[in-house]
Amino acid sequence: MSENVTTKQAEAARQEAAMLPPVDVIEDAAGITLFADLPGVTRERLNLHVDADTLTIEGQVLLDVPDGMEASHAEVSLPRYRRVFTLSKELDPDKVEAQFDRGVLKLRIPKAEHAQPRKVEIKVA
Amino acid sequence: MMYRSVFPRDVFAELDRLQREIQQAVDYSPSIRGIGRGGFPAMNIGGTAKSVEIFAFAPGVDPASLDVQIEKGVLTVAGERKVDPVPDKASIHIDERFAGRFRRVVSLPEDVDANNVHAKYRDGVLHISIARKEASQPRRIAVQ
Repeated sequence: MSENVTTKQAEAARQEAAMLPPVDVIEDAAGITLFADLPGVTRERLNLHVDADTLTIEGQVLLDVPDGMEASHAEVSLPRYRRVFTLSKELDPDKVEAQFDRGVLKLRIPKAEHAQPRKVEIKVA
Repeated sequence: MMYRSVFPRDVFAELDRLQREIQQAVDYSPSIRGIGRGGFPAMNIGGTAKSVEIFAFAPGVDPASLDVQIEKGVLTVAGERKVDPVPDKASIHIDERFAGRFRRVVSLPEDVDANNVHAKYRDGVLHISIARKEASQPRRIAVQ
């Protein structure tokens, strides 16, 4: 029963409207580097999960808004960001490294050892 | 009847045009500066009785490179965002983040006091608070 409730809550959270943060994804021989822009998100309100092959980036925007302020123009109108990526199987989800500074998230996802490039030696008989 | 285009175009270009048209219909202020969604930094503007509050979403910017100016009732936010160079032999799969120099201009209400401005950069957001002039603030008048 309680498990059912928590899944329902999780479902509801997933349905909440969120902004899609812009990202850069760069791949080199040893892994993938992902940068995401999450302005207004503090370190405590940034959530990263890796679940099997799904990477979820979520962050809540917290602005220092004075009491009684009325918005007249808003380009950032939702209080959260969310973006989900599917990782391919050669990436190692246990070794993800994250840095977060001035609203920019940098994730480094290395490739699993066995997937790293190897030079194939050609023997000439 | 099916609508036929004179010159068939890419369906994505067509969707893009449609989106821009809808956006234009939704954006209520056709400002001459074309307050453009998708500009960098994105901006939110609001006000209280005492101040005008501007939030510029400029993540990953060195605060020293930010230049904020108020002149003739116009606020200008300019700066540069440097992005890490891409290493050799790397391939870029997604490239959506803004890089380079930026400048955005916003016209301010007439009652702001350009000498009483506070600007703070935190978590990638530049928050500018400009006080309104004393004379224009609401005042309670005591009845004798």
